[in-house]
Amino acid sequence: MGQRAEAQDAIAALIEGYRVPDGVADEMLGPDGTVRAVWRPFLERFAHLSAEDIARRFARGDRYLRDAGVFFRQHADDGPAERDWPLSHVPVILGEDEWQGIAEGVKQRAEVLEQVLADLYGPGWLVREGLLPPELVAGNPGFLRPMVGQRPPSGRYLHFVAFELGRAPDGSWFVLGDRTEAPSGAGFALENRVATKRTFSDPFDHDNIHRLAGFFRAFRGALKRSAQSLDGRMAILTPGLGTETYFEHAYIARYLGLMLLEGEDLTVVGGRVMVRTVAGLKPISVLWRRLDSAFADPLELDDRSQLGTPGLVSALREGNVCMANAIGAGLVQTRAFLAFMPRIAEYLTGQRLKLPNIATWWCGQARERTYVTQNLNRMMVGDALSQELPFETDDATLIGGRFQDGRSLDPAEWIQAGAGGLVGQEAVSLSTTPVYEDGTFKARPVMLRVFAARTARGWTVMPGGYARIGRSEDATALALRRGGRVADVWIVSGARVEDETLDETGTTFQRAADSLLPSRAADNLLWLGRYVERAETMVRLLRAYHLRLAETGRLDDPRVARLDLHLRSLGVPRNIAAPGAVTATMDRAIRSASKVRDRFSIDGWMALRALREEIVDQTRHLQPGDEAARALGQFLRGSAGFSGLVHDNMYRFQGWRFLSIGRALERAQNMVATLADFAAPEAPEGCFDIAIEVGDSVMTHRRRYQIETNRSTVIDLLALDHRNPRSVRFQTCLIQSLARELPGAEVNGTLSEAMRIALRIDTQLATAEPHELDGTALAALGRSLQDLGEKITAAYLV
Amino acid sequence: MRYDLTLRIEYDYGAAAPSARNVLRVAPRRIDGVQSVENVRLEISPDPAEIRHRVDFWGNSVAGMSFHEPLRKLTARLSARVERLARPPTLDLTPRRAGLASEIAARRGLGPDEPHHFRAPSPRVGPDPGIADFAETSVAPDMTVLGSVLALGRAIHGHMRFDAAATTVDTAPSEAFAARHGVCQDFTHVMIAGLRSLGIPAGYVSGYLRTTPPKGRPRLQGADAMHAWVRAWCGTEAGWVEYDPTNDLLVGVDHIVVAVGRDYSDVAPVKGSLRTSGRQMSKHSVDLVPLDS
Repeated sequence: MGQRAEAQDAIAALIEGYRVPDGVADEMLGPDGTVRAVWRPFLERFAHLSAEDIARRFARGDRYLRDAGVFFRQHADDGPAERDWPLSHVPVILGEDEWQGIAEGVKQRAEVLEQVLADLYGPGWLVREGLLPPELVAGNPGFLRPMVGQRPPSGRYLHFVAFELGRAPDGSWFVLGDRTEAPSGAGFALENRVATKRTFSDPFDHDNIHRLAGFFRAFRGALKRSAQSLDGRMAILTPGLGTETYFEHAYIARYLGLMLLEGEDLTVVGGRVMVRTVAGLKPISVLWRRLDSAFADPLELDDRSQLGTPGLVSALREGNVCMANAIGAGLVQTRAFLAFMPRIAEYLTGQRLKLPNIATWWCGQARERTYVTQNLNRMMVGDALSQELPFETDDATLIGGRFQDGRSLDPAEWIQAGAGGLVGQEAVSLSTTPVYEDGTFKARPVMLRVFAARTARGWTVMPGGYARIGRSEDATALALRRGGRVADVWIVSGARVEDETLDETGTTFQRAADSLLPSRAADNLLWLGRYVERAETMVRLLRAYHLRLAETGRLDDPRVARLDLHLRSLGVPRNIAAPGAVTATMDRAIRSASKVRDRFSIDGWMALRALREEIVDQTRHLQPGDEAARALGQFLRGSAGFSGLVHDNMYRFQGWRFLSIGRALERAQNMVATLADFAAPEAPEGCFDIAIEVGDSVMTHRRRYQIETNRSTVIDLLALDHRNPRSVRFQTCLIQSLARELPGAEVNGTLSEAMRIALRIDTQLATAEPHELDGTALAALGRSLQDLGEKITAAYLV
Repeated sequence: MRYDLTLRIEYDYGAAAPSARNVLRVAPRRIDGVQSVENVRLEISPDPAEIRHRVDFWGNSVAGMSFHEPLRKLTARLSARVERLARPPTLDLTPRRAGLASEIAARRGLGPDEPHHFRAPSPRVGPDPGIADFAETSVAPDMTVLGSVLALGRAIHGHMRFDAAATTVDTAPSEAFAARHGVCQDFTHVMIAGLRSLGIPAGYVSGYLRTTPPKGRPRLQGADAMHAWVRAWCGTEAGWVEYDPTNDLLVGVDHIVVAVGRDYSDVAPVKGSLRTSGRQMSKHSVDLVPLDS
């Protein structure tokens, strides 16, 4: 009794300053202004947290997101920028009963949209019967003519759809937009769930919250069945690094154990879609398409596309690949279609839409145009054929009778002239939900993205979603691009919900043991290995340079001059302390790693980024000489850490082999170049020691030879000694053993060309005497290594 | 009029392309009562690994092919016997321009010949205020649709000079219009933009012109390569009317239709993807020789 009253008081204190704007609904407070029952358990616990505890919990959630590499990418004027993922830690909470109604509406809508697509790309009754004006289809850039008359191989156009939902002032839910083209956000919903769960760990009770994993398992199972029936593998098709949602693609690929492919990974042979892998071409039978339809095939769709796969549409015609969703599926997310959806639904299914959409009037009809013109104060008027959401406005949008870019045109004339190109939509108010700000709850408008997937048993709806929350009370500020926030969505049950076997906290589906390595991914891994090693070599040489400079104080010291010359051959500009070339090389490493994020551990990724920061931080304001040498030493320790992670923690898949081959090749080539300059007979005095130092073998040399360095000891230790991990021979042994594990290394007793070259180089080094490895022999060795690299590229990476 | 048609296309890729995939739209269409086609032969060298023939949305015949071996050079030779029966309209049965909108609105359907496909901006022809103004001043408000087509076509023919070297296949219509020169593709795109701005549905036709003119008449511009002209929808009664703005004439038996579409992007004779760093060189030659006359 006392406890209960105390809880009431605590909640009352928490929401004391919470003000819901007039005339809108709220998620936390019911129509009568009291806390909704489904929010109570959460609020009771939240109310008992101290400010410090809340701050600590929020930081924990944020740290998870940062560590997981979840960033929000923004296109600023000076190119894409990353900022922290804008998680609003307080979830949006909905009761199971209310959710049930939403889910039913979502399923019905998904099925109606499926039928609309099947009709528009098929018999075309909707247009002929006057339910949809022909110009909204024929003049629509989303109507992709090569798909007309092509039944998708799976028989279905839609497999994964999303809906943007809002709650009207009367408490009912409505659809702001249908997302059928390549809906994003499901991966973000997962990320938000994990982060929110970490934020509200014990004493918060999660037993009654519906889990998300089952939804993904069902969808993956459905894809898998399609893949098996078509005898091939499944993959996600992404536009790549350039897209805002690439992180999500990589995350969800890792989570579901799907290959993440770009258009250039694919080719079409004999009417089948094939992925280029290190083991040759392998068939793909299911593509979860996150690439816009128009870009998918430059031969038959948008011919300016650089992202697509020539011939992909022809493979669809042959019926050999299931596309989720079908190419051209974006047609039904056209804004103006919303004006016709209610009648279309009744025509197709004989039923009213359970989940209505935002009131929409197409200005191509005289009566509707007049209505829009006469009600401008409560309208948003914009492009009829846009596939964007109502709130994602462009400059030419008229809101409440005012143009977004401030142009002074007469709206009525503009609408009359624009006619069928324009659509009016009710300037709706959304409901509000609490965000925690400055120690208290504030009401902010919210929009939910919910997801549905097709399974063998029909549509299934993710019990949760991706909430987007406005920064101010203004509902038009919702677009995340303009600085809104995102939140998890909890669907709570009255009882404990069944545990899902697929744990959503990070352990994911197992990638199949024989997973394929696409050639492009292998290429990026190989270059990642190369670039990190290259940066390390540069740093070793720079350190040697600065140490000599500190010692002599003279730029014209013969050793300093020779180091300078050597560094310039690696692209390091003359006489500078700040190693811009190293930073540039690390940037290349990070770029290569970005393209294989789905295959890269979070720790490895973090270590790589930290390494780059290290080189920037440590050397920003350095003076040449001793100080620079010390700072560079710091970088080398970090780099050792990264290598340790790769070699101690990375599973020995094909990908690891390419990473390691890249590193070994680079190290061998760099060492050959170092020896050519610093172990040359005419090299200035002290250069042998530089070679030993750059080869990180000072201690070993002392112990092993017990004499001063001379050309023979340097060559012996750094070129021929197979026990020294810095020597050329060590690398060639390693490359040989790695290459032996690659596909086609030995077929019926015949070695691949790469294997033959690797073996030849290795044998040569194994039998050479130090004096035989003169300047000419070193140059030849360098060429052989380069040849080996080219052969590996030709065999596996193009 | 019957013709023997021969087309030769040659691509020289410089450096060998590791693999290639091409789509060709070069064979004449069969059009009931207008154009008949027989003995079509398409020879490709080297032999493609795969070749598939199909018909696209617009009814054009398309050959898709791929090569799995490195490709340095590609030649295509097309031959066919074609008969063209069309006569340009002699009676103007088209409505006045103001009446066209209601005739369009009465059409319900998404078939390839429906006017709805040809009113909105298309990939290569967007709205252009300069061309729209030009069109508005070239055409009187009380003209018939066919009259408007002829008036605008003549105005464009007078405004722009044929220049085979001034533009490329990627030149935008607004650019060609502003510079007042171009080839058949530019004339056609400019006129399509103008007609659409007047509310007249308009599309692109690719094809061939007879190579040798009838006695006493000049050789037409554009006969030595593939040609292009305009088709305009002139109302339910008259339907599609073809007009050649490069030569300022209504299309009759001297033109052989290959493909129709909204603009060049729908009918490009060769679309190809090559993974090559080399420079591409291409040569086209056309012979359309009358059999009768």
